[in-house]
Amino acid sequence: MTLFTSDDVTAIKLTVMLASTVTVILLIISTPVALWLASTHSKWKGFVSALVAMPLVLPPSVLGFYLLIAMGPEGPLGMLTTSLGLPSFAFSFSGLVIASVFYSLPFVVQPIQNAIESLGARPLEVAATLRAGKLDTFFTVILPLSKAGFYTAAVLGFAHTVGEFGVVLMIGGNIPGETQVISVKIYEHVESLNYAQAHTLSLTMVLFSFLTLALLYSIQKPKSKN
Amino acid sequence: MKSNTLSANLFLRREDFELTIDITAPTNGVTAIFGASGSGKTTLLRCIAGLEKGAKGSVKFKEQIWQSEKTFIPVHKRPLGYVFQEASLFDHLTADKNLQYAIARGSNNTVTTKQQAVELLGIGDLLQRYPEQLSGGERQRVAIARALLVQPELLLMDEPLASLDAPRKAEILPYLEKLKSELSLPILYVTHAIDEIARLADYIIVMEMGKVLMQGTAGEVFSSVKFSHFQGEDTASILSGKVIEIDEEFHLCTVKSEELLLQCRDLSYDVGKSVRVRILARDVSLTTSSPAKSSILNSFDATVAEVQEDKHPGLTLVKIKIGDNHIVCRISSKSAHELSIKVGSKVWAQIKSVAIIQ
Repeated sequence: MTLFTSDDVTAIKLTVMLASTVTVILLIISTPVALWLASTHSKWKGFVSALVAMPLVLPPSVLGFYLLIAMGPEGPLGMLTTSLGLPSFAFSFSGLVIASVFYSLPFVVQPIQNAIESLGARPLEVAATLRAGKLDTFFTVILPLSKAGFYTAAVLGFAHTVGEFGVVLMIGGNIPGETQVISVKIYEHVESLNYAQAHTLSLTMVLFSFLTLALLYSIQKPKSKN
Repeated sequence: MKSNTLSANLFLRREDFELTIDITAPTNGVTAIFGASGSGKTTLLRCIAGLEKGAKGSVKFKEQIWQSEKTFIPVHKRPLGYVFQEASLFDHLTADKNLQYAIARGSNNTVTTKQQAVELLGIGDLLQRYPEQLSGGERQRVAIARALLVQPELLLMDEPLASLDAPRKAEILPYLEKLKSELSLPILYVTHAIDEIARLADYIIVMEMGKVLMQGTAGEVFSSVKFSHFQGEDTASILSGKVIEIDEEFHLCTVKSEELLLQCRDLSYDVGKSVRVRILARDVSLTTSSPAKSSILNSFDATVAEVQEDKHPGLTLVKIKIGDNHIVCRISSKSAHELSIKVGSKVWAQIKSVAIIQ
């Protein structure tokens, strides 16, 4: 008995690959952004916060549309790839990664920012009086004390990327092995009235989502140390 | 010539508060920054440490410029240790790892070894515990040890006892006294508690509403009439001296401060021990004629140096000079009038009780 068709397996692998890549990139990008947002008194804070949070309220198709234009031959990203002699990002895995980074940004920035804000200034001041520089303080104080925030951010970033549909369809289309992720594959199964396969994949997604959230809430539950 | 002072000339404006200070404090012993809450004493300490980015002005410690118009040495590059008011241990590290954190980053010029710090603060049994498994007093002791282990040249302490209840305070004060007597580390100590400065401070900076109200040695400040309104009922003078004699028959000891010999209850201090004594203003009475035999042991001739009405008009504060020592007494205004006490008057002072506080 085969649960998944080979196309399904390809879609699952691609989705995991996409979500992992995006999560790693997002953790790297979001950490400095969250650090800045958590500590700044700059007048730009509101502006940057709003920009980061945009994907929360914007329809994915709008985001996808503008990214597609940016990646097109006349768009800034498109011109960049052309001038570097690279293939266009549109309808490619790289394009999906870029789009997903924008789309999932708030889900990664916000938990990290909240965790750092809840630390307050005191641990950082203490570290400074113990001769720890900025980077040292980040790795030895901020990171271990806001671990839960980083886990939450990683889980949410991964799960949210797995669950995206609209942006993928706009940017990536439906190319097996390149841009055909699970959510798009389910859509295709339904379009071709292949309900049994749609069921299998959908149920997999339901289980995945539930387990992810269960994991998330157990991270967030305050744990006693050691 | 080498400068042996800490000088700070600082200005900081906040929405509802302004700090303007210009101080020069000695860099030996304990300098207390004293004031009511909201007087700006913690802010001053933070400015000196470099924790207040908005502060303008200059900070100079001995020969090192920590802040000036052009320079601002970041906190982590200043050779200081800092003890915060409330427990500030890293929650994710054991007490031992907290100490290691300081040792790994502190100066290589080891003045205080880990063993010394652990013994000094009596925390040997606590090292494997996490901060949440320690009491408030224990945490504060670990935090003090940690601050010592960065090998600071100046230790800043921000009301280290304020968040503790009376028994915990009593638990830590002896450690602070030991710290003061065993290490030659200058300490800047912020507090609003008179008994703490009476026991610890060598030099006192009194702050009020973001400004320095007065500063001087502990003896000078305590014997100043102006300082009495901070002390209220318990206005007292502090004299430092040495135990020079023990009278075993009557359980008394003699403390010599400058030329003054004071008889106090014997608290089994050794002869030669440096002590401080506290004389409550209400325990000093004045007469204009040499007193006849009396139950009062400590009786001296003195000169009136300052006379001022107390907060209640029925009372008068009189500062008298006995040799090189100054003592504040509180007498009724009626007595002051009847004895016609004024600056320069010769009087006899009788001190009913002298308490050794350290």
